[in-house]
Amino acid sequence: MTTPRIALHDVSVGYGGRPVQSGIRVEIQAGEIFAVVGDSGSGKSTLLKSMVGLQPLLSGQVLFDGVPLDDAAQDGPPPFGILFQGGALWSSMTLLENVVMPMDLYGHAPATARDLLARFKLALVGLAGHEDRYPASLSGGMRKRAALARALALDPSVLFLDEPSAGLDPLSSRRLDELVLSLREGLGITVVLVTHELESLYSIADRMLFLDGEQHRPVALGAPATLAATSDNAKVRDFLARRGLSDSEREARS
Amino acid sequence: MSTPFRQEADGLVLRIPDGGLDQTLLGCPLSSLGIDPGRPVRWLRLEAPAHWSWGTADAAFLDDVLRQLTGEAIRLDGVPRDLQALMSLARGTPSAQAAPAPRQGLRERVGLGVLAWWRETLAMVALIGDMVLRLPRLLTGRAMVRRSEILDVLAESSTRAIVIVSVVNLLMGAILAFVGAVQLKTFGAGLYVADLVGIASVRELAPVMTAIVLAGRTGASFAARIATMQGNEEIDALTTLRVPPEEFLVLPRVAALSLLMPLLYVYACLLSLIGGMIVATLMLDVTATGYLIETQAAIKSANFAIGGLKSVVFGALVALIGCRCGLRAGRSAADVGQATTAAVVNAIVAIIAVDALFAVCANALGV
Repeated sequence: MTTPRIALHDVSVGYGGRPVQSGIRVEIQAGEIFAVVGDSGSGKSTLLKSMVGLQPLLSGQVLFDGVPLDDAAQDGPPPFGILFQGGALWSSMTLLENVVMPMDLYGHAPATARDLLARFKLALVGLAGHEDRYPASLSGGMRKRAALARALALDPSVLFLDEPSAGLDPLSSRRLDELVLSLREGLGITVVLVTHELESLYSIADRMLFLDGEQHRPVALGAPATLAATSDNAKVRDFLARRGLSDSEREARS
Repeated sequence: MSTPFRQEADGLVLRIPDGGLDQTLLGCPLSSLGIDPGRPVRWLRLEAPAHWSWGTADAAFLDDVLRQLTGEAIRLDGVPRDLQALMSLARGTPSAQAAPAPRQGLRERVGLGVLAWWRETLAMVALIGDMVLRLPRLLTGRAMVRRSEILDVLAESSTRAIVIVSVVNLLMGAILAFVGAVQLKTFGAGLYVADLVGIASVRELAPVMTAIVLAGRTGASFAARIATMQGNEEIDALTTLRVPPEEFLVLPRVAALSLLMPLLYVYACLLSLIGGMIVATLMLDVTATGYLIETQAAIKSANFAIGGLKSVVFGALVALIGCRCGLRAGRSAADVGQATTAAVVNAIVAIIAVDALFAVCANALGV
């Protein structure tokens, strides 16, 4: 039996000792695109932050390739890259410097090759020619893509994406989805994403975990399309069926 | 106040006047609206002018009245369907009733304030300790610090602060000389203005005034910059890369200001002495050469040593407080403002307090 890339054992997350979500048990396999979904305030981003060590777990364990994050070599690079909701690019650095910095910190690749690698990663996300621009001069979509290039700087085996489509127009959002799929296909990266976007969810996620904000626990785990059709939880079915008002519904209201 | 309601056997009629509902009725209790709260209400009929176009205030008013009318379900007649839909939307999303925050008495507030101050002091001491432990890593080039970061801070803190440091210290020297000259002239001891300005500037004024200027400019800018990074999740991005923000952000700033402050201190002393000399030569029968010779004789090397040491400590303090205020800031725009204000206020208080500590120690050592 292969070790899952990420395993969550009875994880509880929350603030100030108060759990927002409890009893999370999930195994995410290598190369999987796994979505964390739920209503607003249900603790999706809190779970993501706890998985990457930004927030302490209230209980349980998160294992990367069978090793807890805290036990992994602290001197080495983290086993993951992360794309924050707002991009979180370092504003005092150019895009190139943003991507090169993680490589410099960990001596990733020969020093002479880092510029070239960073330029390639920026080109990968469609930002060739923008290397010397500062984050403040970019649009929201470009910032997200640049942040994705930075998340890929150390060639991580896992990529965490916190609401990658938030604030993006549908086209940019779709381009980002395609990029994530290409990264999985090309590099075999495991992707864990927090999202609200049904379009993205159906397009790219292999499986999803639905966090219920009222019950403070996960209530569904499976492929989005399967859950939409067969989940015995009305909230999950309702969430996955939301695709805007139909013509007849709109007519009935007017 | 005329009421729009008319009470009938077991129902209510709400009549909307031509000009719409009087919005001062919003939030009024039933009794003020001409409704007997004791009488059961089973239906409510709305009578509105033909071209009445309702707004959210009308929906809120009706919703409030219906909430106050407890008991059996009330049938609505004549209420437009979209208005009913809006009201059910508001009712369908009950807001979580947060428990009211317990009122705090004076003693509680003072106690909590003292505890918060104590926690902050401990955090500051921990940060100072952290910097001391990380310093060898910086000196041996093993720290996770960008050299350009130190150079940026040095450039930003020196070139942009130089004008204000010049003005403040030149004027401080001049003011000190002016006040001294007025008093000393009456005793025929005008030349001693040079001693007064020299010792006061080198030992006290130059390091303190320069540190206060840096607290207002550079310390505040450190706090604002780091607090903004906090809000933009830039610090989270560093943390996930296992880069301690204390090392990447605080250490270069502390190092830069500790290096820069002694240089600014020497420059400030020079300006202060020049300011004193200009006033002394204009107001007193003192030549520039005489003034300089008297200054040279008055200032002992110990004064320079104390002033120099103060400048290093004040530089580190301004940077530490600025960075600490930025790091502990929340994630909103208002938090950036609060961090900036706290950085300036705390740094000025700390500079004066540490200066007093220096004075006590120097006195005890007989320096």
